[in-house]
Amino acid sequence: MNEHVIALHDVVQRFPGAEQAALSGISLEIRQGEFVAIVGPSGSGKTTLLRLVNRLANPSAGEVLVEGEAIAASDPVRLRRRIGYVFQGIGLFPHMSVAENISITPRLLGWNAEKMQKRVGELLALVRLPDDYRSRMPDELSGGERQRVGVARALAAKPNIMLMDEPFGALDPVTRDALTRDYRALHEELGLTSLLITHDVLEALLLADRIVVLNRGCIVETGSPAELMRAPKHEFTRRLMEMPEQQAKRLAALLQVH
Amino acid sequence: MIFSDPRFAQALARLPEYLGNHILLSLCALTLGIAISLPLGILASRNAALRWPMLASASLIQTIPGLALLALFYPLLLGLSNLTAMAFNAPFSAFGFLPSLLALTLYSMLPVLRNTITGLDGIDPAVLEAAQGTGMTPAQSLRMVELPLAAPVIMAGIRTAAVWVIGTATLSTPVGQTSLGNYIFTGLQTQNWVFVLFGCVAAAALAMTVDQLLALIESGVKTRKHHRTLGGVLGMIAVAAAALVPGQAQRAAGNYVIGAKTFTEQFILAALIEQKLRDANLPASRLEGLGSTVAFDALASNEIDVYVDYSGTLWATQMQRTDVRPREEVLRELKDWLAAKNILLLGSLGFENSYALAMKRSRAEALNINTIADLAIHAPKLSIAADYEFLARPEWAAVRDAYGLRFRAQRQMQSTFMYEAVAAGEADVISAFSSDGRIKQYDLVVLGDPKRSLPPYDAIVLVAPKRAKDEAFLAALRPLIGAIDVDDMREASLLADRPENKQTVEDAARWLNPRLKKP
Repeated sequence: MNEHVIALHDVVQRFPGAEQAALSGISLEIRQGEFVAIVGPSGSGKTTLLRLVNRLANPSAGEVLVEGEAIAASDPVRLRRRIGYVFQGIGLFPHMSVAENISITPRLLGWNAEKMQKRVGELLALVRLPDDYRSRMPDELSGGERQRVGVARALAAKPNIMLMDEPFGALDPVTRDALTRDYRALHEELGLTSLLITHDVLEALLLADRIVVLNRGCIVETGSPAELMRAPKHEFTRRLMEMPEQQAKRLAALLQVH
Repeated sequence: MIFSDPRFAQALARLPEYLGNHILLSLCALTLGIAISLPLGILASRNAALRWPMLASASLIQTIPGLALLALFYPLLLGLSNLTAMAFNAPFSAFGFLPSLLALTLYSMLPVLRNTITGLDGIDPAVLEAAQGTGMTPAQSLRMVELPLAAPVIMAGIRTAAVWVIGTATLSTPVGQTSLGNYIFTGLQTQNWVFVLFGCVAAAALAMTVDQLLALIESGVKTRKHHRTLGGVLGMIAVAAAALVPGQAQRAAGNYVIGAKTFTEQFILAALIEQKLRDANLPASRLEGLGSTVAFDALASNEIDVYVDYSGTLWATQMQRTDVRPREEVLRELKDWLAAKNILLLGSLGFENSYALAMKRSRAEALNINTIADLAIHAPKLSIAADYEFLARPEWAAVRDAYGLRFRAQRQMQSTFMYEAVAAGEADVISAFSSDGRIKQYDLVVLGDPKRSLPPYDAIVLVAPKRAKDEAFLAALRPLIGAIDVDDMREASLLADRPENKQTVEDAARWLNPRLKKP
């Protein structure tokens, strides 16, 4: 039981006034150290699923467990302080410096100033930003730098779990590639359990250990990138995997001509 | 040059008291307004159902003219005070500071409330999600993220409120609160434009200073330059300190407070009473520019110790009588009625200041009008200008019905402008006061009242209940009884009212003092 860091059992999520359930019959178990990507079209319920894990949303039915504990009974604020959360909007606090942004969760946890300063230094190094960025304000940073600060902020209180909602979606391809690789390295180095949402199937294939395919609030199938590419069980998955495959073929053809 | 004008020096001498009181009132109202509307704004930004009713009520309050709002609070508090007096034997002062404070507090609420809601609503939803996601409690999110981010917008609202409150505080003079408005109300009555201008400039300068200090704090917070914030805060403390230094000493217990309503004759008589008390070595101060019923209520509740009122005024507005009686009878009944309220009618000053209908002499002669009866024939072709009170008073109803007066047009205006209007031919008839110096100045004739429909208006000295047995005080006042001649009163008023070679009300009182008739 305890080897599942995150577990969802028969989770249903209905929003008032909506005809269809946003999520229904969701069961998912994620092991310690696993990197899981959730893919699916817009409106398939990816974000809702992610938000159930740190109680930014509460399920209408079913159970969510984090590190073996049913979170419905836990204090959501304390839960969030031990889970890293990065999302596309980043939401850096515009009135706080980089250092203040990064050390926000430690500050909420009551760390002393010296320990926080040291941690900021470590994190800046970890996300490969120069140490003199500490005193910069968010509006002085580029998009990629901001997202690095966002990742550093999520990691600040040394969480075991990272939730990432299309974290690199708004970045240019070069920056995005560098950041995803850097993040995968961090995942290994820190022994994190990561749950990543992306609409980019290629990104999921290259990053994740396991991919969850979501459509209309239901899990279509789950499998490793290789399994889903080679032997999709469902027509929906096959079509989803088709595009990166064809892109790869076209690229291969291009490379052969030269 | 205005600075060499003696009136400028007089205005300057009163500045510490007026400015101090003005600042005290404005800052208290602003602080209270922020303390109420900031939490309300936060509440409204979280609860959409509260937002509309809150903003609507705040806007509604804003549409009430400042003077009316102040005037409304006075009777409300007076009623409340009577209630607490009956219930707990603990009356509070419904006069001066409290009604002004409450009215201005309400006035300051809209901009702060509106900007708090706007500021909080304008925060990027991603930032709010991040606050939640990093593990902030709602209170931490509010304190560490939302309020700091909304601060510039909220601060702009506070600055607007500060400017409004400081400006509107000038209107607190008629409910008995000393403020920079005293310059304006006194100046308007005595046509002392130096005073009016001085009051306006002082209020504007104060408003701008406070606005700039708040702007300094705002920019200091925003750009994280702490010396700016500190400078702004120290500046505000200095302004607040200015409120506490002056003027408070004369509120001391042994001090006699002389009330005065809002016209020149009242100012002169109050100054005269003050001189008489000083001569008797009694400490005295004046509270000027009180609304007519405010003055009476203030005396009845011992807020002021003495003032001059007019028998006909009390007969109609306090005793609610509409019948017209001979003057001795009115005085006798009034004295008994006041005694029941423990107010002492010390006696008449010796002249009447009754309502009268007056016309420009040339115009009256051209139309061959000598009495109100003659006037009634021509009235449908003529226009009347009256002060704010007259057309609503029973005296007007009485004289109108007695002679069947119907005018082509009737207008209400400040009594100062009323005399100028009739002199300039913009009005044919005005509701004049029989002892007013301007009757002489503008060469007006007072029309006869053969049917005796206008009640008598003897100027009488009223003494507050707590002073009714204060022999030293009464002895100092007695030389005034029966001692003022109506011609002298007109002349004294003219000294202070005339546009050229204008004298202060104190000088006019000094001119009048030796002319008092010996008993």
